[in-house]
Amino acid sequence: MLLNTIIISITDRENQVHELETPTDMGLSIMELCKSYELPVEGTCGGMALCASCHVYVLSEHDLHEPSDDELAMLDSAFFVKPNSRLGCQIKITEALDGLKLKLAPVST
Amino acid sequence: MTNTTIETDIIIIGAGPVGLFAVFEAGLLKLRCHIIDILPQPGGQLTEIYPKKPIYDIPGYPSVLASELVDNLMQQIAPFNPGFTLGDSAEIVEKQADGRWLVTTGRGQQHLAPVIFIAGGLGCFEPRKPPIDNIAQFEDNGVDYFVRNPDQYKDKRIVIAGGGDSALDWTIFLADVAKEVTLIHRRTEFRGAPDSVEKMYELSHQGRIKLVTNAQVTGLNGNGHLQSVVIEHDTEGTSVVDADYFVPLFGLTPKLGPIANWNLNLDKGAIEVNTFDYATNVEGIFAIGDINTYPGKLKLILCGFHEATLACQSAYKIVFPGKKLSFKYTTVTGIEGLGA
Repeated sequence: MLLNTIIISITDRENQVHELETPTDMGLSIMELCKSYELPVEGTCGGMALCASCHVYVLSEHDLHEPSDDELAMLDSAFFVKPNSRLGCQIKITEALDGLKLKLAPVST
Repeated sequence: MTNTTIETDIIIIGAGPVGLFAVFEAGLLKLRCHIIDILPQPGGQLTEIYPKKPIYDIPGYPSVLASELVDNLMQQIAPFNPGFTLGDSAEIVEKQADGRWLVTTGRGQQHLAPVIFIAGGLGCFEPRKPPIDNIAQFEDNGVDYFVRNPDQYKDKRIVIAGGGDSALDWTIFLADVAKEVTLIHRRTEFRGAPDSVEKMYELSHQGRIKLVTNAQVTGLNGNGHLQSVVIEHDTEGTSVVDADYFVPLFGLTPKLGPIANWNLNLDKGAIEVNTFDYATNVEGIFAIGDINTYPGKLKLILCGFHEATLACQSAYKIVFPGKKLSFKYTTVTGIEGLGA
């Protein structure tokens, strides 16, 4: 494996698991990672916590930073929200996230 | 509504930075523009979402506040006297016999021009609709995503869902109007203004509203018009509440909106264009800025400026067929006297 890369596992909405290799030194977010691998994540608002199209469930026990007020406010008006819900655009990829397991939340129209 | 039809050279849909700058580039070619935007003021996302955030990648500005950039763009395009139809959405686009496009807004204002630039950014902000199977069939028959006319709820039973300010504000307001108000929220905590949260709890203690937390509406019943809603509680199963109206208030979400019906080629909610002049598959319609897509697309204001500039070159050929276009620098000609 290359230096400064980690693996993040993402289960799509058809329950297929994707093991994604990603750099940790490019300031990428989970939303951007999903888009770069062409997973069905729209990221409509471009990462401003405004659309919840990158809504994911955190399946592993990783210690993620606390959600910001903007993220919480967005999750409050999103659907299919569970206690382990996060917005992918607000999760920055760092080395600490190696082995992180996520699942894409259903899309609401 | 009877209005005179607005005639211009380019109808620009979207008053964000890219739509605004298109007026400038068009103006240099003596093309007149008219801008339509659903928001009541120009600036798009910059004004509506992040007016006080600094932007660092506008060439020549180490840092500029989003609202300042919009003010500057408005100043920059002022010499070209663009027209504005604000607070109204471009709904219908029709080709006329003379080849021009007729754009009609939700309020019925008509605009006529040979060229359309779609600079719609994220699209229109529409209410977020809860995932309830038959919700569409009750829209306007008991399900309202906005409170337009509070009087219609007089002596009716209302169920409001949501935990933000609008859910709280309308719960408080309608407590005095409706026969019965039930507020349903998925969690225990409310994120609205502390004053409103307190007021709502007070009304609940007084028995003037019913508060149901840790629950959500999962079903709607009725015969034509809504009669009751099904509430799923996190721990205690489901219950049914009689209701004449269900008002889900979960904020707004960006959607492509009516543009999706204009026969344009789309890819994942963005309009496909070529990178020669940012033309769409429909002749005379161009898409610039965040709303378009092409290989290598970056959603940056500065890329949108470039796209607007090139699109104007082709717009000129459509507006003035057969006329030669000579390229001039603003340093050579200035912009004096170019205003329409």
